[in-house]
Amino acid sequence: MAAAPKKGSDPIFEWIRAKLFPSPLSSVATVLILYLAWQAIPPFIDWAFLDAIWRAPDSAACRAAAGACWVFVTEKYRFILFGTYPYEEHWRPALAIFLLITLWAASLAPMFWRRWLPLMWLAGLAAIGVLMWGGIGGLSYVENERWGGLVLTLLLTTFGIGGAFPLAVLLALARRSRMPVLQGLAVGFIELVRGVPLISLLFMASVMLPLFLPAGVSIDKLLRAQIALILFAAAYLAEVVRGGLQVVPRGQYEAADALGLSYWRKTVLVILPQALKIAIPPLVNSFIGLFKDTSLVLIIGLFDLLSTVKIVLTDPVWSGFGVEAYLFASLVYFVFCYAMSRYSQRLEWRLARAEGARPR
Amino acid sequence: MKLRSSDPRLRALVYQVSAAAATLLLGWFLISNTIENLAERNIASGFAFLDREAGFAIGETTFVPYSASGTYLEALTVGIANTLRVALIGIVAATVLGSLIGLARLSRNWLLAKLASGYVEFIRNVPLLVQLFFFYALIAEHTPVPREAIEFLPGWYLSNRGMFFPVPVFHAAHAWALAALAAGIATAVAFARWAARRRALTGGSLPVAEIALALVLGPPALTFIAMGTPLEFDVPRLSGFNFSGGVALTPEFTALTGGLILYTAAFIAEIVRAGILSIPRGQIEAACALGLRQRRILRFVILPQALRVIVPPLTNQYLNLTKNSSLAVAIGYPDLVSVANTTINQTGQAVEGVAIIMAVYLTITLTISVVMNWYNARMALRGQ
Repeated sequence: MAAAPKKGSDPIFEWIRAKLFPSPLSSVATVLILYLAWQAIPPFIDWAFLDAIWRAPDSAACRAAAGACWVFVTEKYRFILFGTYPYEEHWRPALAIFLLITLWAASLAPMFWRRWLPLMWLAGLAAIGVLMWGGIGGLSYVENERWGGLVLTLLLTTFGIGGAFPLAVLLALARRSRMPVLQGLAVGFIELVRGVPLISLLFMASVMLPLFLPAGVSIDKLLRAQIALILFAAAYLAEVVRGGLQVVPRGQYEAADALGLSYWRKTVLVILPQALKIAIPPLVNSFIGLFKDTSLVLIIGLFDLLSTVKIVLTDPVWSGFGVEAYLFASLVYFVFCYAMSRYSQRLEWRLARAEGARPR
Repeated sequence: MKLRSSDPRLRALVYQVSAAAATLLLGWFLISNTIENLAERNIASGFAFLDREAGFAIGETTFVPYSASGTYLEALTVGIANTLRVALIGIVAATVLGSLIGLARLSRNWLLAKLASGYVEFIRNVPLLVQLFFFYALIAEHTPVPREAIEFLPGWYLSNRGMFFPVPVFHAAHAWALAALAAGIATAVAFARWAARRRALTGGSLPVAEIALALVLGPPALTFIAMGTPLEFDVPRLSGFNFSGGVALTPEFTALTGGLILYTAAFIAEIVRAGILSIPRGQIEAACALGLRQRRILRFVILPQALRVIVPPLTNQYLNLTKNSSLAVAIGYPDLVSVANTTINQTGQAVEGVAIIMAVYLTITLTISVVMNWYNARMALRGQ
């Protein structure tokens, strides 16, 4: 028998053949992609790095250069991250951002899922409140109109989730209940909110809410936007929680009933822990969605991360560098969202593995 | 029968009555406050303002003629038409692009799969509003003035005034060809139904796809050729500082529609991928074992099962795209929200303005839901 050509003699060559040129059509695609990459990547590297201006006293050098103007970012990053917060006090929002990220990171790790976690949050949020507002302990008072940038984005997300989650659980329970009035109210609220764009809710909060309140009572803009975000997120989270509730086996409900547990004990001790555990990955995805959606508060004039970027661009010195500015903003959002989405994927995988390993 | 305080029925009654009462009280509180506040600010409620002259110009209109002397009602109609234009084009293009990217992620070609998954990961993790601003800035800052416009295809120009491309000049033959196309589609649908019935009765199969394609494309092509193939293009030409002729897409429209398509396509790609992965391998192997050809496996085994998984989340994406088109207000495309916002600022009719926005979006989203639910019900497995 003639010796067949030894397969896999060169693993690299084998890999290239199998993964890049498995069929004629596929080979055409590979060649096309390589050609496009060759056309696009070197000019991009020239623009973004080689011809880019990193340090300069002002934008004049940028206007002459062929590359990107990262001076925009190096000069203005503090305004972008902290907004109009007093310049000498920037360490306070910086510390608040650090605290918030630490709290989130801790809450996402199962080893911290203990009874004291809510207490840790309360303490953390109190500390953040003191840091941001000040007014005690020698810290100067800073009204919340001056909060802005990344810290505002993170705070809107945190309180959005914190406010929306309990509301969402109640809405989901009401929608699943056999009481027609509660069910009708929950369905009406959820479908109404999910049927309209977030902007219309934000408009409602900014122009209609003042009309809703008795004369003399006013709520500041930040809180109004926060309420709109909470109501919006609650409707979407409620559907995720309902999805979790639906897959809890009937036997669990029946067993809890057989033990003679009351509705609330059954729900809190037996059903919700299982339903929420199943719903964690889609819940995290909804959290990512809310984090991205907070960028819409720009439209009603709050100074979140995207807004501060846009404000810098209205400065005639820096106008015309929108591409660099929004690339930087994209990068900041991407870092947070990508970290969360990787987390949710890992958790999903772990839960699936735990499910598969369970003895039957 | 005695009712005790722990009786579930009594509790249900108490809960429901108190929930209803609380809702009514809240509603009454809000409405009475609103009426009082409106009276205090001398704002007359009601929709009478719709007949007044709007007095603001709208940058671009779709089908509906409008000038600054039009009424608020006309202005809002233009806004609705502009929203629908973006939503419709966006839904069609995002579905096509999303399906292609979803398939690319499943490709055996490593480079193609990685490129597609990199695209999906990046787009999904950046807020849409940032992307829209980015595209708008890209068009406004990095494309040349019309005089030096980039001609990326013959007759197709890209400049900081937007995109310009040629359109065929209308000729009676085109109308006839379109009529023939409609007739062809109707015949093809009727033929496909007849063929399906025939197959169910006799088991004999016909090359349905080929015949249907011939029925759809044949009549318009023949009509067109018979009338002497009159085809002349209205090509955009530089006149003064801008182009005239052809079709012009404004930078706002290009950025908004392009951004929505690229963003939604990333989500649709994931849905398509999940739908195809949800089909057990055994199904395809069984179809191969039965001796079905590749195309028939796709048509009769993969698609019917994958679509059942794909359609419900796809509906959600269509709804999201439509709702996200409201971000137009941030980059200055005159959609419904943008026009309504101007109206609110000019007239102070905030309640009515927001109510109109919500009512229109609810109508659009409910319509999409109904259509997609009907399609889903048709695709659903019978007997389950």
